[in-house]
Amino acid sequence: MLDDSFEVQVDEPAGPGVPAAGSILYLDGVSVSFDGFKALNSLSLILAPGELRTIVGPNGAGKTTMMDVITGKTRPDEGDVLFDQKIDLTQLDESEIANLGIGRKFQKPTVFEHLSVFENLELALKADRGTFATLMFLLKSEHRDRIDATLARIGLADKAVQRAGSLSHGQKQWLEIGMLLMQDQRLLLLDEPVAGMTDSETEATAQLMLDLAKDGTRSLVVVEHDMEFVRALGAKVTVLHEGSVLAEGSLETIQADAKVVEVYLGR
Amino acid sequence: MKILILALLAFLACAPARADEFSDAVRALNADNFADKIAAVETLAGLGDGRAATILEAMSDGNLLATKDGAILIQRASGFTDALTQAPASGEGAEPITVNNRLRGALRGAVGRLGLFSPDAELRKRAAESVLTSPTPESAGMMRRALANETVPEVRTLLALALANLDLADEDPARRRAAVAALRDSSDPLSRGRLQAMLENETDSEVRAAAEKAVSEINFRLSLVSIGANIFQGLSLGSVMLLAAIGLAVTFGVMGVINMAHGEMIMLGAYTAFVVQELFRAFLPPGLIGWYLPVAVPVAFVVTFLVGVALERSVIRFLYGRPLETMLATWGISLMLQQLVRSIFGASNREVANPDWMTGGVDLIGGFTLTYNRVVIIIFCMAVLGALAALLRWSSFGLHMRAVTQNRPMASAMGIPTGRIDAATFGLGSGIAGMAGVALSQIGNVSPNLGQGYIVDSFMVVVFGGVGSLWGTLVGALSLGLVNKILEPYAGAMLGKILVLVVIILFIQKRPRGLFALKGRSVES
Amino acid sequence: MTLHPSLSARLFATDDRRLWWGLGAAALVLLVVIPALNLLPTPGSALHVPNYVVTLLGKYLCYATLALAMDLVWGYCGVLSLGHGAFFALGGYAMGMFMMRSIGARGVYGNAELPDFMVFLNWKELPWYWMGFDQFWFAALMALLVPGALAFVFGWLAFRSRITGVYLSIITQAMTYALMLAFFRNEMGFGGNNGLTDFKDILGFPLAQPSTKLALYLLSALVLGLAFLLVRFVITSKLGRIMMAVRDAESRVRFLGYSPTHVKLFAFTLSAMLAGLAGALYVPQVGIINPSEFSPANSIEIAIWVAVGGRGTLVGAVLGAFAVNGAKTWLTGAAPELWLFLLGALFIAVTLGLPKGLLGLWGQIRRKEVRDA
Repeated sequence: MLDDSFEVQVDEPAGPGVPAAGSILYLDGVSVSFDGFKALNSLSLILAPGELRTIVGPNGAGKTTMMDVITGKTRPDEGDVLFDQKIDLTQLDESEIANLGIGRKFQKPTVFEHLSVFENLELALKADRGTFATLMFLLKSEHRDRIDATLARIGLADKAVQRAGSLSHGQKQWLEIGMLLMQDQRLLLLDEPVAGMTDSETEATAQLMLDLAKDGTRSLVVVEHDMEFVRALGAKVTVLHEGSVLAEGSLETIQADAKVVEVYLGR
Repeated sequence: MKILILALLAFLACAPARADEFSDAVRALNADNFADKIAAVETLAGLGDGRAATILEAMSDGNLLATKDGAILIQRASGFTDALTQAPASGEGAEPITVNNRLRGALRGAVGRLGLFSPDAELRKRAAESVLTSPTPESAGMMRRALANETVPEVRTLLALALANLDLADEDPARRRAAVAALRDSSDPLSRGRLQAMLENETDSEVRAAAEKAVSEINFRLSLVSIGANIFQGLSLGSVMLLAAIGLAVTFGVMGVINMAHGEMIMLGAYTAFVVQELFRAFLPPGLIGWYLPVAVPVAFVVTFLVGVALERSVIRFLYGRPLETMLATWGISLMLQQLVRSIFGASNREVANPDWMTGGVDLIGGFTLTYNRVVIIIFCMAVLGALAALLRWSSFGLHMRAVTQNRPMASAMGIPTGRIDAATFGLGSGIAGMAGVALSQIGNVSPNLGQGYIVDSFMVVVFGGVGSLWGTLVGALSLGLVNKILEPYAGAMLGKILVLVVIILFIQKRPRGLFALKGRSVES
Repeated sequence: MTLHPSLSARLFATDDRRLWWGLGAAALVLLVVIPALNLLPTPGSALHVPNYVVTLLGKYLCYATLALAMDLVWGYCGVLSLGHGAFFALGGYAMGMFMMRSIGARGVYGNAELPDFMVFLNWKELPWYWMGFDQFWFAALMALLVPGALAFVFGWLAFRSRITGVYLSIITQAMTYALMLAFFRNEMGFGGNNGLTDFKDILGFPLAQPSTKLALYLLSALVLGLAFLLVRFVITSKLGRIMMAVRDAESRVRFLGYSPTHVKLFAFTLSAMLAGLAGALYVPQVGIINPSEFSPANSIEIAIWVAVGGRGTLVGAVLGAFAVNGAKTWLTGAAPELWLFLLGALFIAVTLGLPKGLLGLWGQIRRKEVRDA
C-alpha cells in the first residue's frame, strides 16, 4: 500500500517466533479492511505475561476491530496473531480461542437476557464445554460457592435469581465482568468496562482490574475513553490511530506527545 | 371452384394415357379381398390423379358404394354420384364397400400423399412434410411427378429431400451419391438416421465417404441447434424465475422482509389479467381483445401495489426486526389470499388466452420453434428489471429507499418519511410480482395455487444471487434457468430440479451470502 | 435400576408442583379414562368414546410429539426449521415400508416379494434400500436413524457455515421441497404419487381392528409422555440453558467457549429423530403415507401449532398441537372454506398479538387477577 508510508515500522521482526519470545500476545503487521476501508493498518503489538495494558484512541481507530481479530470474530487480511508465543489465533474460531484462555467483555454489555444472573454466571463457569458434558452437568457445591463468591464480588448477590434482562446498564457491565471472572482466563480483553458506571463503581472496577493483574497470572488489555480510569490503572498506554499504533508509553509520556495531542487528546 | 376444375383439367391433359388405368384402379377398390383393395388404393395414390382424393376419402368414411354391375358410386347428403364421371346416379341396389383397419390406414396415407397434387399450396406443403417423415418406395414415382409440376420453392425443397431419402436405397451409386449430396444440407434428424442406416450396408466407397461426411455435418448442425434451443429454453425459464424473483429481491433484499405471500401477489396479478380479459370480452369490440394484455400489466401493478401497501401498513410494519415472525405472518396472509381467490373465482383453473400477436412462433431449423410468448416474456422481464434498476438508481424515491435501508435512524432524522418509504417499497415489490403474474398467466395455468409453485424457486434465486443485489438476482435466475434446462435432457425435469435445489443448498454452505454478497461490518451483525 | 444422579435430580426435584399434578392428570385421562370409555360403555351411550375418536386422538398425540420436537429446536434453540415435516414423513415412510412388506402375497398381484406398485412398474427385484424393512426392529431403527442422519448432515453443513435465521428457514424449506419432488418420482421406489398404502396389519395385528387402533393410540400417548420427559431433561440441563443462550445471543456464546454449531446440531438431530418417531406412529393410524407429507405448507403448519400454544414452553407446544388440529378437524368438516381463513388469521394473530401463545395469554390473565385481587 502506497499510503502506508507515514507509518514506518523500525524494528522489522527477524523471523516468526523470535520476536514473540516471552509474550502472551503478539500481533505483527495485522491489516483488516472492510470494503476498502482500512480498519487495521499493519498493527503491531506485544503484550507480556501478567501485563496490564490500556488502549486509547479516537473512534474508528481500530480498537474494537483489534479485539475482534484476537478473539477470532474477524479474520485479518494479513499479519500474524500469536497467543502464548506459538498458537496462531488466525486459524481458530471464537469458541476455540475462548477455550485457550482468552476472555472478552464487549463494548455493549451482552448478557443472556432470558436467563437469570446466576445462570449467566453458571454458563461462564470454567468446566467442560462439550455438548454431552453440559447435558449431564450437575452443579456441585464448590461451583455454587464460586458463583456466590463472584456474585458478592460484582455486587449482584441479591439479584441472583433475577432475569439478566431486567438489570440496569451498569449492572450488566458488572455481570459481564463477573462472567469473565468465572471463566478464569489467562488473557482478558475488556472493551470500555466502565461506560455507564457511576464514579464509585468506576473506582471499584479499577481496583478490580489491579487486583486481577496483581498476581501476574493474568494479562489484561483494557480499552477505555475515560482518562481518570486510565490514570487509576497506572499502566502502559497504547494509542491507536487509523488502525495503527501512534504512540506507546506511560500516560505522562503519551500526554506529552505532540502527535497524540493533535489527533486525540485535543490541544 | 374454377381453379379446382382448371387443375383437374391440367392433370387430365398431362396424363391422358393413364385414364384407363385410373378407372381400372377405381373399380378394383371393390375387389374381393382386402389385399387387392389395398393394392388398388396404392395404385390410385401413385397415379396422382386429383379425383382420387375424393374417392378415397369417401371410402374411408364408408360412403363409397358398388352396384351389382360394377359401377362405383359416392354417397353424399345430396344423393349419389358416379365416382368416375361425377354424374348423378341412382343408388338402387348399391352396397357399401367394406373397409377394415389396415385398409383404413392405407387410405389415410394415400389421401395424405394425394395432397401433393392439391391446388392449395399450403396443403401441398403439408403433404410434402408428411411424405418427408415417412417416404415409401411406392410413392417415389408420384413424388417425382409432383416435383415436376411443383412451382412453390419451399414445397420443391421438401419433395427433393424426401426423394433424396428414397434414393439412398437406389441401385444406381450415382443416384445414391446425388441423394447424399442433397441430404448434406438438411438439419433433419430423420435424414441423419437414414444416412446412418444406409452406411450399415453401403458398399461403394465413394458414396460411403460422402455419406459419412454428410452425417458428421448434420450432427454438427444439430448439436448447434440443440445448444441454441437449450440456451433459449434456459433463458426463457430463467426469465420466468427472474420475473417471479425480482419483487422478492426488493422486499427481501432491500427491506429484509421475508414475504411468504409473494407468490400470492403473482397469483393476484394473474387473476387481474383474467379479469381484464373478461372485461374486454364483455364490453369492447372483439377486434380490441388483443389489447387486453398491455392494459392488464399496469392494472395488475396498481392492484398488487395497493394490496402490498395495505399489508405493510396493517401487518408487516409491526414485525420489523422480527424476521421469523414476519415469515409466519406473511404465510398466514398467503393462505387467506389463496382462499379468498378460491371463494371468488372457484378452485379450478381459469383460462387466460394469449393475444393473437403472441401466439405462434418462428420455426428455426431442426424442428426448433422460437415461440412468441416466450420471446415476449424474456423481453418484458428485461424491461422490468431495467426499469427497476433505473428507478432505484436515479429517482428520489430510489435514493430515499436506499437511505432508509442503510441507516434508518439517520434517514428519519433527515426528514425522510421512513414509514411511507417502507410502505411504498413493499408496494413496489408486490406490484412487480403482480406484473410478473400477468406474464406468467400467458404460459401456465391460472389457479389459486399458482403462487405456491414459484415461492421456493424465487427464494432460491434471491439467496443464490446474493440478497440485496439486483445484478445477483439477474445472474442467479438466468444461471439457474440454464442449468435446469441443460440438466433436463440427462436427468429429467423433476430430477433436474431436485439436483439444482441440492446444489443451491450446498452452495449456500460455501457462500452463505450468495454469489454477489455485500461485504462489510454492517452485514456481519 | 438406578437413575443417573443428574437425571433423577432434575426430573423429580422440581419447584413447579402444579406441572407434575397436571401431567399426572393428563396421563390418567389419556391412558386410563379414554381407553376405559372406549371399551366399557356400550356403543351409542353418551359416555362411549367411539373408535374413530380414539384414532383421531392418536393422530393428535403424534402431532403433539412433533410439536415438542419443533419446540426444542425453535422455542429453545431459536432455529426455525421449515422442514420438520420431512423428518416426520421419513419416519412415516420407514414404518410404511415395513407394513408394505408385511402385506406379502396378500397384495393385488399376489407377489410375496414385491409391493404392488413395484409389480405394476414391472420391477423385477426389490431395490437394495428396501432390504431389511421386513424386520420390525430394523424399520423402527430406521424411522429414528434416517431423519436423524439427514438432520445431522444437513445441520452440520448449515450450522458450520453459520447459516442462521431466515436463511436457515429457507434452505430447510428447500430441503423438504426437494424431498417432496423426489418422492413424487416413481423411479425413487417409494410408490411415487400414491405413496405407500393398503396396509393390512402391523406385527400380525390387523390395522382395521379396534383393539389394534386402541393399542396404537396408547403407544402414541406413552411416546408423547416419554418425549416430554426427554425434552424436559434436555432443556433443564446446562445444555438447555446454553441453547437458550444461543437463541438469544449466538455470537456471545462462542466467546464463552461453547460451540453453537454443536449445540444446535444436537438439538436439531434429536428433534428430527423425535419427529421421525412421531411419523412412524402416525402412519399405521392413518393407513397411508404419500409425498404430500413433505409439502412445505405442512412444515410451516407445525410452527404455528407451537406458536399458538406458546413457544419455549413444552406444555404450550402440546396444547397448541391439540388446539389447532382440533379446530382443523372440526372446521374442515363444518365449513371447509373457512378453515384456511382461520388458519391464516391464526398465523397473523399469534405473531402480532400473542408472541407467547395461549399459555402466555393465560399467564398474563392470571397475573392480572393476582394483581387485582
